[in-house]
Amino acid sequence: MKSEAKARPAPRVRGRRLGAFVFLSPGLTYLVVLLLVPLGLVLSYTVFQRGRFGGVVYEFTTENFTRLIDPLYLGVVGNSLRIAALTTLIALLIGYPTAYLIAQLPSRWKTLALVAVVLPFWTNFIIRVYAWIMLLSGPGLVNSALGKLGLGPYELLYHEGTIVTGLLYSYLPLMVLPLYSAIERLDPQLREASANLGASAFTTFRKVTLPLSVPGVLTGCLFVFVPSFGNFVIPEMLGGSKSTMVGNLIRDQFLKARDWPFGSTLALALIAVLVALLIVQAWAARRA
Amino acid sequence: MRRSKLLYVPFWATYVFLYLPILVLVVMSFNSGDSAYTYEGFSLKWYGELAGDERIRTGVVNTLVVAAGSTVIATVLGTLLAVGLARYTRSKTLDALALMPAVLPDLVLAIGLLVFYSAIQLTLGLYSVTLAHALFSMAFVAAVVRTRLTGADTSLEEASRDLGAGPVVTFMKVTLPQLTPGIVAGALLAFTLSLDEFVIAFFTIGNAEPTLPIVIYSMVRFGVTPKINALAAILLLVSFTAVIAGQRMTRIGESRAQD
Repeated sequence: MKSEAKARPAPRVRGRRLGAFVFLSPGLTYLVVLLLVPLGLVLSYTVFQRGRFGGVVYEFTTENFTRLIDPLYLGVVGNSLRIAALTTLIALLIGYPTAYLIAQLPSRWKTLALVAVVLPFWTNFIIRVYAWIMLLSGPGLVNSALGKLGLGPYELLYHEGTIVTGLLYSYLPLMVLPLYSAIERLDPQLREASANLGASAFTTFRKVTLPLSVPGVLTGCLFVFVPSFGNFVIPEMLGGSKSTMVGNLIRDQFLKARDWPFGSTLALALIAVLVALLIVQAWAARRA
Repeated sequence: MRRSKLLYVPFWATYVFLYLPILVLVVMSFNSGDSAYTYEGFSLKWYGELAGDERIRTGVVNTLVVAAGSTVIATVLGTLLAVGLARYTRSKTLDALALMPAVLPDLVLAIGLLVFYSAIQLTLGLYSVTLAHALFSMAFVAAVVRTRLTGADTSLEEASRDLGAGPVVTFMKVTLPQLTPGIVAGALLAFTLSLDEFVIAFFTIGNAEPTLPIVIYSMVRFGVTPKINALAAILLLVSFTAVIAGQRMTRIGESRAQD
């Protein structure tokens, strides 16, 4: 018996190795070639010089990093942080009550309400931005409505507020969904207990529901902040021609100025900010 | 539970905010006038104009080619990867690597791929966009299939292996049929993501004939016209139908898998 038991695992182990090879190697090869190698190249470009007609000259330089801390570029990074943070905050303020109410709807309506939140997210991104150009531009709907009240017309496009509106419109569903799943998962008995013990609806919310939904809040904030911070399409289409956000700068370095080393350095800064944020998020989630 | 009526204000505000722009967009697509701002009367002329636009037709074909190609690659690679990660390794690093294309900002993926394609001197075109789309789609397919695997009962797979079947036979005969709803959902997700993807396509298309989102982008830059509204209305109809059909299908798939 014993020797039999010993002899048997051998094909299983071989099977495991074969399995690991068959299943993992195609996908991992793809990831190495089209993700890790490209990211490695971008990383290495940060210490090289730009070529005269685009491309890269492989001579070491720290110039890209000194340029990065130029107030002009730091200002743009700060701008992006502010715009993304403001978008996230507003998304949380209107997304939370929405998710809270959806979680308490009868289940038939719940599905409908959730699908209705997600649906616009599945339509073409450029089209969603275009809708706002149409609404807010000079002769657009908002100005003609204001005109009927004897106001305006105002220049509603090409402000920071326009960018925030566009970002909010694009990413609000990403806030509502994780909030909904965090709130929905809470045991309703906890709230009932709190109410039975005499707490007002607001106290129950503040002491029970809100603290328990913090993981959802953190996820939602991350989901909105990340795509907002690195965006270049919305600031370009709704914010005018100025390079207001890091995304615009990066895009310009790659497709207009053809300064790939500096563009790569800006991209590295973008990733650094996001990684820092992820670390803070993980730390906060562990404490929650 | 008493609920404050005040809560309904942000609730309804959310839906008005989400749907008002779409509604205006669609209404204006039926405008008989030449402006996308003032409604003059009902007409379908912009839909006719749209059908005659060569650039848009090419854009639609290109988008479908890229979406189909990248979905096939992503579904095959993503499914294998999900099985490999769930059954043949415990590495957290590999898990994180597989998710990375879905988590990284699209702009970072876009410049990485542009730099890589140019380093290997690949002429940019539809296939470079297809390969790029397959990269992030694969991460989504793997994640969707993975969620079905982690919850799944492994006893059938073990029984198959104990009866002498190798990993490949076990996969084909036992794992794959169980995974079908997840794979279908993942493939649908990959297809939809590719249809709408702009940033990565914009960076990796080069001077080739563009995909539809890029065509729309350049049209919008030349100004607002009801033709774009007509296109938008059609796209809205397509994606709404796809999302609802996708939901139905996964629900049917799930109830079948439970039977």
